[in-house]
Amino acid sequence: MAKFDIRHTAKLANLGLSSEEEEKISRELEEILSYVNKLNEVDPDLIGVEPTSHITGLENVTRPDETSPSLTQTEVLQNSKNTHNGMFKVPAILEDL
Amino acid sequence: MKYQPVIGLEVHVELKTKSKMFCGCSADYFGTEPNTHVCPVCLGLPGALPVPNRQAIDWCRMIGLALNCQLASFSKFDRKNYFYPDLPKGYQISQYDIPFCDKGEIILSSDKKIGITRVHMEEDTAKLMHQLGISNFHFPKETTFPISNKEKYSLIDFNRSGVPLVEIVTEPDFENSQEVVEYLKKLQQIVRYLDVSNADMEKGDMRLEPNISVREISNLKSQISNELPKYKVEVKNINSFRFVEKAINYEIQRQGELLDKGKTPIQETRGYDEVHNRTVSQRTKEEAQDYRYFPEPDIPPIRISESQISNLKSQIPELPTEKKNRFIKDYGLREDQAFQLVETRKIADFFEEAVKIGKKFGIEATAIANIMINKRVDWSRMLPAELVEAIVKSKREDLPAMELENIISEIIKKEGSAVTNYKRGKSGSMEFLVGKVMAQTKGKGNPNQIRQKIIEKLGEKS
Repeated sequence: MAKFDIRHTAKLANLGLSSEEEEKISRELEEILSYVNKLNEVDPDLIGVEPTSHITGLENVTRPDETSPSLTQTEVLQNSKNTHNGMFKVPAILEDL
Repeated sequence: MKYQPVIGLEVHVELKTKSKMFCGCSADYFGTEPNTHVCPVCLGLPGALPVPNRQAIDWCRMIGLALNCQLASFSKFDRKNYFYPDLPKGYQISQYDIPFCDKGEIILSSDKKIGITRVHMEEDTAKLMHQLGISNFHFPKETTFPISNKEKYSLIDFNRSGVPLVEIVTEPDFENSQEVVEYLKKLQQIVRYLDVSNADMEKGDMRLEPNISVREISNLKSQISNELPKYKVEVKNINSFRFVEKAINYEIQRQGELLDKGKTPIQETRGYDEVHNRTVSQRTKEEAQDYRYFPEPDIPPIRISESQISNLKSQIPELPTEKKNRFIKDYGLREDQAFQLVETRKIADFFEEAVKIGKKFGIEATAIANIMINKRVDWSRMLPAELVEAIVKSKREDLPAMELENIISEIIKKEGSAVTNYKRGKSGSMEFLVGKVMAQTKGKGNPNQIRQKIIEKLGEKS
């Protein structure tokens, strides 16, 4: 299996990792991946189980188009470090324009 | 060198459900106070459980059916991962390998088929406002606000986050901007007929992203004629049909000029700048977009039976093209008349109702069509019965023939010198006489008819 590209993945997740962290997390993630890869060794025909992304057996869990009360603006913003005019304030994005 | 444009289109249509896609917050966010239609689900708080809105799923499938798509009997939602502040969860719930609908088409007036690759369901993102400290780029939708200081920051309003969005993707079948605009108008008309979206581009209910590339015409006749160019340029920030045409034409020219110089345009995302009518590079895709899709673990898969599909089909109203053909056949309208009368369901229904009532008064469907199209009567605030009444009344108001005869005789007697002048060949005198008659009838009667009658009368005398 190809070596896990920790820098690429960290970049996509917008995470800054120290070189120690890179090494540690890379090792851990590789272990997890090889563990999960064990599933590829299973012959589904042999055990009679189809691959699936859900194990509950549930299907079509939906809701009717009805509204329910939302939070208040005060509640929504209460855990935010920075707000302005009822909005969340975050560092500038699109700076590279 | 000559180039042939190769254009594909992604259109996002916001559905007009009452509630959002995965929670009960109101989806009607336009013009509301920021962050007042929000809950833990659409804020992406840990532990919140999204539950799909079944009305939105049905509407997505109805759009697919109206575009002649196949419906997937088994489908699911997937997570599309990317990091951006308008996406609080770090992923958008969308559909990856099994969209609700695929393989459809829209047929243009030239009979050319535009292939629909897929129609899938997803959630809208939050709205961002940027304080960039620079004003070199104008965002029509994601407003850049006035610069008050040098500080750079962005503001987020989550009211739009989680509003149901249907994405309609075409094959790269368009060859020019006119085809794109015709397709978009048809698509807008169809979703409005289905009554599932207002599809108002200025309000952002309908958003489009063309991807454009060009290939050399000289290659067309050789074997590689169907090979697509090795790059494509995606254009964002287009909020009107007029601008889509301009943006595409600009790109075709820009790319052609690069190719003329022996350069290959780079694969990138560009934004349309409506102020300067140009496109500006936004983001170069150094690496292929890596969304790391995987099945949404919080939402069990979605299945639809044949009988449910039939039920959805039965809910689809008569669509514009079928209606137009029926109007031509049933009411003897011309193609262009029928085309105008099916513009909206409201106009078409008004016309048919007026025809039904008009029949009782001996008024032809074509007469009603003419009056509606020529706007001879302002029917915009009328009921169909009122329009028919107005037509009947105007007929009754036509001057009785005897009365007109009498008025003409009277005027000829009174305006002897004008009559004489006319007989001497002064044609202006005729207009004078017609005017006099019209003054007497208080404007009733048709001037041409009156002129004809006067000529007849004078002929009798001499």
